[in-house]
Amino acid sequence: MDSTARDERIVEVTGVRYAAGERVIFDGLDLNVRRGSVTAVMGPSGTGKTTLLRLISGQASPAAGSVRVFGRELAGQSRAEVYAMRRRMGMLFQQGALLTDLDVYENVAFPLREHARLPEALVRMMVLTRLEAVGLRGAARLMPWELSGGMARRVALARAIVMDPELLIYDEPFVGLDPISMGVVLRLIRELNDTLGITSIVVSHDVEEIAKVADQAWLLSGGRVVASGAPRELLASEDPPVRQFMRGLADGPVPFHYPAASLRDELFGEGP
Amino acid sequence: MSAHPLASIREVGRYALFVGRLLAETPRALLRPGLVVQQVYNAGALSLVIVMLSGLFVGMVLGLQGFDLLERFGSEESLGTAAALGLVKELGPVVTALLFAGRAGTALASEIGLMRATDQLAAMEMMAVDPVRRVVVPRFLGGVISMPLLAAIFSLIGIFGAQLVGVQMMGVDPGQFWSQMRGAVEQADVMEGVIKSMVFGLSCSAIAVYEGFHAAPTAEGVGRATTRTVVLSSVMVLLLDYMLTAVLL
Repeated sequence: MDSTARDERIVEVTGVRYAAGERVIFDGLDLNVRRGSVTAVMGPSGTGKTTLLRLISGQASPAAGSVRVFGRELAGQSRAEVYAMRRRMGMLFQQGALLTDLDVYENVAFPLREHARLPEALVRMMVLTRLEAVGLRGAARLMPWELSGGMARRVALARAIVMDPELLIYDEPFVGLDPISMGVVLRLIRELNDTLGITSIVVSHDVEEIAKVADQAWLLSGGRVVASGAPRELLASEDPPVRQFMRGLADGPVPFHYPAASLRDELFGEGP
Repeated sequence: MSAHPLASIREVGRYALFVGRLLAETPRALLRPGLVVQQVYNAGALSLVIVMLSGLFVGMVLGLQGFDLLERFGSEESLGTAAALGLVKELGPVVTALLFAGRAGTALASEIGLMRATDQLAAMEMMAVDPVRRVVVPRFLGGVISMPLLAAIFSLIGIFGAQLVGVQMMGVDPGQFWSQMRGAVEQADVMEGVIKSMVFGLSCSAIAVYEGFHAAPTAEGVGRATTRTVVLSSVMVLLLDYMLTAVLL
């Protein structure tokens, strides 16, 4: 691979094997994320999407294979090096994960206060501009419990971008949101990506929604990538696993029934 | 604690490593006194009412029982000494530690456990902020600093309670009450109470933050951590009290 192509890849996952106890989650996972893109990572529940984010953010290490972020191999990095890398990325958690003892303003200011000794006027300017970007400048003095689910996620987004990250990771950003809030978050994902010139990775089940904003999508199943490409290509695919997931079919390669003995044996045979 | 002996030993080892980490991070945490002061307020100031009320009632009971006992030997003037020694050396540190475990310890464990369950600790990790340094150590230090202060207040209010009953209600001579107390209570007695309350504060705070930090990220996990905090802290306080008394007497 030439160096230009590698420079274009902000995240490279190659041949990753990862197991949680006895359960193998990834077995030979390969994917990459292009700089400047919005990349969707999709797949059935329990397929390891959140685990992938943990691998990319250095919260977990693969048993085999390589995870490179910003051109650097994560394996063997010290805690300080991992922390230095994380300062270049932001992450939006499923429920926002706002600090409940701080108001909206202080939540957004939190990374600034922890990592930089800035004059209060500058902190105020940075916080208010980020809150303005997510449309919540007026909510600066509300406490987290006074926010709706959508507002909490927007505040968390403002916090995630306050340190000007190069990579922004969204873990299931649409879960539990009403259609209006979902539309707002979708618009923010695209707008922030383009106006700030960052790269976004979005883990989501919402095929239709994410297809509107993603440049590239990776579909995971059974511990590996089963399809990748533009979301519209995946939606049009006739490949059975892709078709089942993208069209939301109840039965298919991922069976409706959890593996079990036959119902006849269970009901009329000798019990376990 | 797990019933399996090896698992129990492993758990003790994990506790020791965690406390070691807390102590190692302490100097850096003290560079941000605002965070520690906030936790002294949470663990200490917010426990004041319950500690003062309990101190008053324990002192009053001590006054009644002490008077009843000493009167049989005709030495009710020694009530001040008996109450002060009992409170400063034993009841002050022990009862305060038990109250501390029930109020501040459970609050610490559930707060940190809920932060884990709601991904707040993970979010800090992702913001390159060490949650042990930012969240756990200030709370640990808040508890360690608060405990001796609360125990001292408990003992003072307790002595006042004993005086209220002994002198004001039972008619013990106030001069005898205070002068015998001043003559008999030595600095070593006070130091015994101070050492005990410091050790109890360290132990109760460490248990609370350990249980909260290692709680399973579910409602049941947080509840379990809170219960374990009270049970382990109470047993540990009584065990340590016996050991310290044996050493310090």
